[in-house]
Amino acid sequence: MLFLLALLPLIGALAPALAIRWGRNAAAVAAGSTTLAALVVLASLTPGVFAGETVRASVPWIPALGLNASLFLDPLGLMFAGMILGIGLLVIIYARFYLAAADPMGRFFSYLLLFQGAMLGIVLSDNVLLLLIFWELTSLSSFLLIGFWRHSAEARQGARMALFVTGGGGLALIGGLLILGNIAGSYDLTVILQQRDVIQASPLYLPALLLILGGCFTKSAQFPFHFWLPHAMAAPTPVSAYLHSATMVKAGVFMLARLWPVLAGTETWFLIVATTGLATMVFAAWVALFKDDLKGLLAYSTISHLGFLTMLFGLGTPMAALAGVFHIINHATFKAALFLNAGIVDHEAGTRDLKHLGGLFGLMPIAGTLALIAGLSMAGVPPLNGFISKEMMLEEAAHTVWLGQPWVFPVLATMGALLSVAYSLRYIVHVYFGPRRDDYPKSPHDPGLGLWGPPALLTALVVVIGLAPATVAGPLVDRVAGAVTNGASPHVHLALWHGFKPALFMSVVAIAAGALALMMHGRLQRLFEAGRLPPAKALFDAGVAGAAALSRRGVDAVQNGSLQRAMAALIGTAVVLGFAGFLGAGYEPGDRPGVPASAAAVVGWIALVTATVLVVLFHRARYVSLIYIGIVGLIISLAFAHLSAPDLALTQISVEVVTILLMLLALNLLPKTTPAESRPWRRVRDGVVACAAGLGVGGAAWAVMTRPLDSISSYFWDNAYSGGGGTNVVNVILVDFRGFDTFGEIIVLGIAALGIFALLETVGTGASGRRVAAWKPDTVRSPEHHPMMLVVATRLLLPLAVAVGLYIFLRGHNQPGGGFIAGLVVSVAILMQYMASGYSFADQRLRADHHTLIGAGVLTAAATGLGSLLFGAPFLTSAFDYFHLPLIGEIELATAMLFDVGVALTVIGAVMLALAQLSRVAQSAEKAPPPETLEAMDVDPSRTPATPAREAGR
Amino acid sequence: MTMEMLVASAIAVLTAAGVYLVLRARTFPVVLGLAFLSYAINLFLFAMGRLVINRPPIYDKAAEGYTDPLPQALVLTAIVIAFGMTAFVVVLALRTFLETGADHVDGREDAETGS
Repeated sequence: MLFLLALLPLIGALAPALAIRWGRNAAAVAAGSTTLAALVVLASLTPGVFAGETVRASVPWIPALGLNASLFLDPLGLMFAGMILGIGLLVIIYARFYLAAADPMGRFFSYLLLFQGAMLGIVLSDNVLLLLIFWELTSLSSFLLIGFWRHSAEARQGARMALFVTGGGGLALIGGLLILGNIAGSYDLTVILQQRDVIQASPLYLPALLLILGGCFTKSAQFPFHFWLPHAMAAPTPVSAYLHSATMVKAGVFMLARLWPVLAGTETWFLIVATTGLATMVFAAWVALFKDDLKGLLAYSTISHLGFLTMLFGLGTPMAALAGVFHIINHATFKAALFLNAGIVDHEAGTRDLKHLGGLFGLMPIAGTLALIAGLSMAGVPPLNGFISKEMMLEEAAHTVWLGQPWVFPVLATMGALLSVAYSLRYIVHVYFGPRRDDYPKSPHDPGLGLWGPPALLTALVVVIGLAPATVAGPLVDRVAGAVTNGASPHVHLALWHGFKPALFMSVVAIAAGALALMMHGRLQRLFEAGRLPPAKALFDAGVAGAAALSRRGVDAVQNGSLQRAMAALIGTAVVLGFAGFLGAGYEPGDRPGVPASAAAVVGWIALVTATVLVVLFHRARYVSLIYIGIVGLIISLAFAHLSAPDLALTQISVEVVTILLMLLALNLLPKTTPAESRPWRRVRDGVVACAAGLGVGGAAWAVMTRPLDSISSYFWDNAYSGGGGTNVVNVILVDFRGFDTFGEIIVLGIAALGIFALLETVGTGASGRRVAAWKPDTVRSPEHHPMMLVVATRLLLPLAVAVGLYIFLRGHNQPGGGFIAGLVVSVAILMQYMASGYSFADQRLRADHHTLIGAGVLTAAATGLGSLLFGAPFLTSAFDYFHLPLIGEIELATAMLFDVGVALTVIGAVMLALAQLSRVAQSAEKAPPPETLEAMDVDPSRTPATPAREAGR
Repeated sequence: MTMEMLVASAIAVLTAAGVYLVLRARTFPVVLGLAFLSYAINLFLFAMGRLVINRPPIYDKAAEGYTDPLPQALVLTAIVIAFGMTAFVVVLALRTFLETGADHVDGREDAETGS
């Protein structure tokens, strides 16, 4: 059930994106019903949680890392999940009517559900690593939602800033939670939360605490990390109401509450958390009073209330934690209602600027009433819910002594409450009261039910909780506080009237002085202007620009765009590190007896070294160097044959043929020589690096070869025949034991071929198209374009070569051969046709499409592998049996052979695709049809009697 | 003179040639260099299974012994993948040349070969 709950919004995020095809209502219904379904699931779990049980669900994911997908639902999670889904549903309804027809609503709801799922994940996670993943996901979805109006620069900058700050905090949180998990010896929250003494005694408590608080304070916009939140207001208002006041910004507070049992209660905790909270509360409330933008006012007010909550959890007493829990609910109700109200004002009056508003009450009585109630609750006026939790906060502050000073907390808390009254009243008075104006950008009137319904529901909650707190919120608050404090919280009867306590007098002072402050708003404004803070955005932008410039300088110093320099640095580093390692450890020569070299081997070695040196010396003459490199490849395949590796020998020789053909084709269009442009010192430098590298690699090979072998191969040897049904152990390893590797490798090969196709298919366009068109043959052409002898011989050879390929394929499981080699041999056979008879002739007759071949090959291999699943065996398990065929006799058929068919098809497809594309380009460059030669031995097979043009077939 | 000496020195020569060519300024020598490095690396991997003569890894009850089949299987696919890589790099070099008119590795235009 829990997994269903956590995954519903994440999976449901796809629904609106698809449903938008059927209109905006469909998208909204898809999003709304997903949320509703999750809400129903949550409701079905609620009685159990209320009865005191903790719902759990766990699936091992990466147990070795302690990363399990464990979820649990306790009262704290329940409260947050309820807020996330409940307010989410209201916001979805509201957004349907709020967004303009031009806004991409499907995308909006998808992002919103993505966020919803991520946020649910945070509050439901039992494993802290899982929690971190969801934490980052909320930052990402918040980024997407803030930047929803992509065309607005403000939105994009706000989104970036929010991602930077909350994402950076997320990194700190990762560090902190990892340390915490290490101290506790488990990454499961339920285990961590029981280890208070161990954690607080650990020397790593302070670093862990600081890092975790870094995450919480950035997410919950605590001073001095608060500056991103006002800029996040560039998001559509439903997003501001949902993410940036009711839920996401509370994630930091949630973490404080979640980890309260193990982290709270120390002097450090109190000093950092409570002080930050108090400072944020007062500072942000002061700024809020002078914000003319409605959403700016509400943003700073949100920061102030988040400070309020942070301070309560920072006090470290169970009673304060209880007040914090209660205020989380209250703040979510009245602040979301006010944000939605600001959206209504913006929507109806066309502006959010307080300087251009006023007197709207008569025009919009419904919205005005709702704003009045929610605003008074924010001000903390009885009998609304905001009053009760503010009262509890003041009561706690009144008893708090800060660094030996008993007056600091009460005075500053009252100050915060006072400013809160002032800006709340300002919202109500400056928007809805005062003289009616005639210069509203639009003609305001009450919106439809879709817009005022959701805030009305929230406002109703504000009133109901205020009037009957013990009945409506009491049971929940009691249980959540119990969960936050590990059962240490007192059972409090929530009530409006607390008696004549200091808090009551502080409240009265706050309300009276707050009202007074609003009257003196003009004079205070001048005071505010005088003490204006440095603009956070400019500082932030300067910081980002500075960091970018610094890293650019760093990159430029290392990488100047020259491949040569980068390669030299890379290889040089490898050489230095390699030799440092070698010199750092003592070297003892190995004692494994060597294999005596035959005379033939020495001759081969001489040929190989000579050819290599020749390539290096004459690499500028490109055609010639290809001949030499062919010799090298040939000797290497002979070496493989000599050293008991027949499969490798076959593969190497056929790959060699194909590679040289490919290079020849490419060279046709490339320059034929390399200019000498390296300076001598550079050649010397490269030579030194090259010799050092060669010495190192050769030395390493020597060191290994002179030591005895301890191999795991006896397993393959023992099981190849009995388990894999083949005697060629190399082939059995390829198609059976390590079949999955081979499967990956043929996919890589296919991708390389498709990459080549992509590079060459578009060669006729743009600059390269012009160059191909202007290209002139720069080598002497043979008068015989299609030598008759070659044409005839290759045609005779084709069936023979294919038969050889087939033979190599069939015997591959037991004798040297197999899919790779067979594929290469068949490719070479077909390539011969291309060479002898020309591209158009061969291409016309080759029915199989190369792409299809690659696809068919990979699919055949995959299907063979999946087939074993049908029989209950793991992926790519092979089966084999012996059959008797008349005439031929006993034969063995193995499913591995089918897999090998896939390998062969992919190899043929990839090789043919690469070479055919290359020859097609060469052909198109050779635009002038060759003159009809009178050479007797030249025939163009693609020529038809009626149309003598060479291109007839294409 | 042992086979081990020959193979180790061959690997050394091939690596040195590969590195030297990879550091050249034009694309084609770099491609040749990559081919040499492939040879060297394949031989190196193969040598990890030690050098054994006349004992191919073909299962037979009568076989006296066998060479290590595992490096062979790894090298076999490595050869094919190296072909895929070489082919891709050659074509990339070709396309770059056609696109920029120069075959310098840094894509610099030059009058000498530009068309």
